[in-house]
Amino acid sequence: MGRNSGDSSGVTPYDFGGQWQPSSHELARRASRKKKNNRNAIIATLSSVVVLGSLAIVVVTSPGWKSLSDTFFAWAYGVEVLPKIILGFGTNVVLTLIAGSSVAILGLTIALLRTSRSPALTPFRILSTIYVDLFRGIPMLLVILLVGFGIPALRLQGVTNNVLVLGTIAVIITYTAYVAEVIRSGILTVHPSQRAAARSLGLTHFQTLRHVILPQALRRVTPPLLNDLVALIKDTGLVSILGVTDAVRAAQISSSRTFNYTPYVMAAIVFLLITIPLTRFTDRTLRKSIERQNAQGNA
Amino acid sequence: MSEVLVVEKVRKAFGSEVVLEDISFRVPVHTATVFIGSSGSGKSTLLRCINLLEQIDDGIITLDGQEISAVEANVDEVRKKFGMVFQAFNLFPHKTVLENITLAPIHARGIEPEQAIAEALELLARFGLKDKAEQYPDRLSGGQQQRVAIIRSLALHPRMLLLDEITSALDPVLVNEVLSLVRDLKSDGMTMLLATHEMGFAKQVADEVCFLHKGRILEWGAPEDLLESPKLPETKDFLRRVHEAGRL
Repeated sequence: MGRNSGDSSGVTPYDFGGQWQPSSHELARRASRKKKNNRNAIIATLSSVVVLGSLAIVVVTSPGWKSLSDTFFAWAYGVEVLPKIILGFGTNVVLTLIAGSSVAILGLTIALLRTSRSPALTPFRILSTIYVDLFRGIPMLLVILLVGFGIPALRLQGVTNNVLVLGTIAVIITYTAYVAEVIRSGILTVHPSQRAAARSLGLTHFQTLRHVILPQALRRVTPPLLNDLVALIKDTGLVSILGVTDAVRAAQISSSRTFNYTPYVMAAIVFLLITIPLTRFTDRTLRKSIERQNAQGNA
Repeated sequence: MSEVLVVEKVRKAFGSEVVLEDISFRVPVHTATVFIGSSGSGKSTLLRCINLLEQIDDGIITLDGQEISAVEANVDEVRKKFGMVFQAFNLFPHKTVLENITLAPIHARGIEPEQAIAEALELLARFGLKDKAEQYPDRLSGGQQQRVAIIRSLALHPRMLLLDEITSALDPVLVNEVLSLVRDLKSDGMTMLLATHEMGFAKQVADEVCFLHKGRILEWGAPEDLLESPKLPETKDFLRRVHEAGRL
């Protein structure tokens, strides 16, 4: 009770017995905090309405608005071409799934090669390093052009000329280099004492990797990997340059027929419908991972 | 008395810095040898060398008469015979207490998971941690984590324990619960090699105490002799400083 009144002259200076009641001082503090919060909320609402509202009025009443909305936001036309774009987007989704899973497997393999110390793997380690340096440094569009147009030009026996397959291979080649580096950085962040503990228990190098190092490493790099997945979905649109009818290409065809750009806007919306939820999910995963690391730090 | 561990003229250097020089000692079965000495005297390196986590530069280490420092020694097999416990616990944060303990028995010893779990639960129950089996390490106190780490090393049925300053990261209240576990193991006849700053504990549990100073064993003997009437000025100086730090 001494704590409530701020009067510590009681018999027991540390009386933790009774039911706690906020002091009048604390109540006044809370009331004043609440008042301040309410005032802030009102200011935020008012300023948002004024700024965003006047921005909208300026845009809509400007002389170019009519032609702008006719060119980019012709909704009736947009709805008309939407089925074609969605059909094309199916290609992007399939491409993302195939490329994504291949990249995961290949990226992990290369990350493991680059972090291994086995002398027998030295040539592979050198090759992986060169590969990663090379394909992280070349624009993906160039890789797509090189693979998609270059390989058919070789007229090799038994090698496909299917641009969809070649485009997918080009995407895989580029993304594997990025993902391998993300996974490798994750492996390197696991503290050496974890390896020491595992090896001192008699686990082999491979068992240590499989049960101790990789689970911790992959958990840490999940947010950046999800980030790469979002980028991958968008970048599958680049294979349209080879003539693959994906969402981008479908929009391009419709648009070039009518010189109206609404199909591009529709394609953008279709991409956003997938990428925005995925981005939110990535943010949440990142936040959770940070919380988990902080919890470990406190322990 | 048969010797479990024999270390002869071991030397270890990191680059030009010599960390261990001319280290020789024996650990008979069912006894505890305790290494004392200030930080940087080479205690941890010695334990890591014995467990083959570090390569020695000279000398011979034998375990049960077999040279484990030989080039052809199977490193993984040797490590299973030692139970090593670290200052910073080094539990696996992504695995539960039970999984931490059963990982090595299942994969390194190759026993059935059901049996490994049964053995682990028995050990946990014996040391009063059965209710923590499904918890993750970061939910446990430091003392509990270190006890789990000791149990994890026991689950391999090691020939001997290597305990590397296992209480240095704990606050004084938690030190006791870990030390009493080690005392129990000692009275069960476990052979062990310890590095510690806890002189009171060293006196209770040690059969022999070695004073390590700048990588050499300067003085050794029964705990009551070495700790109470040290001969060398370096030993006296070290014990006085520990005493002043309020640990004796």
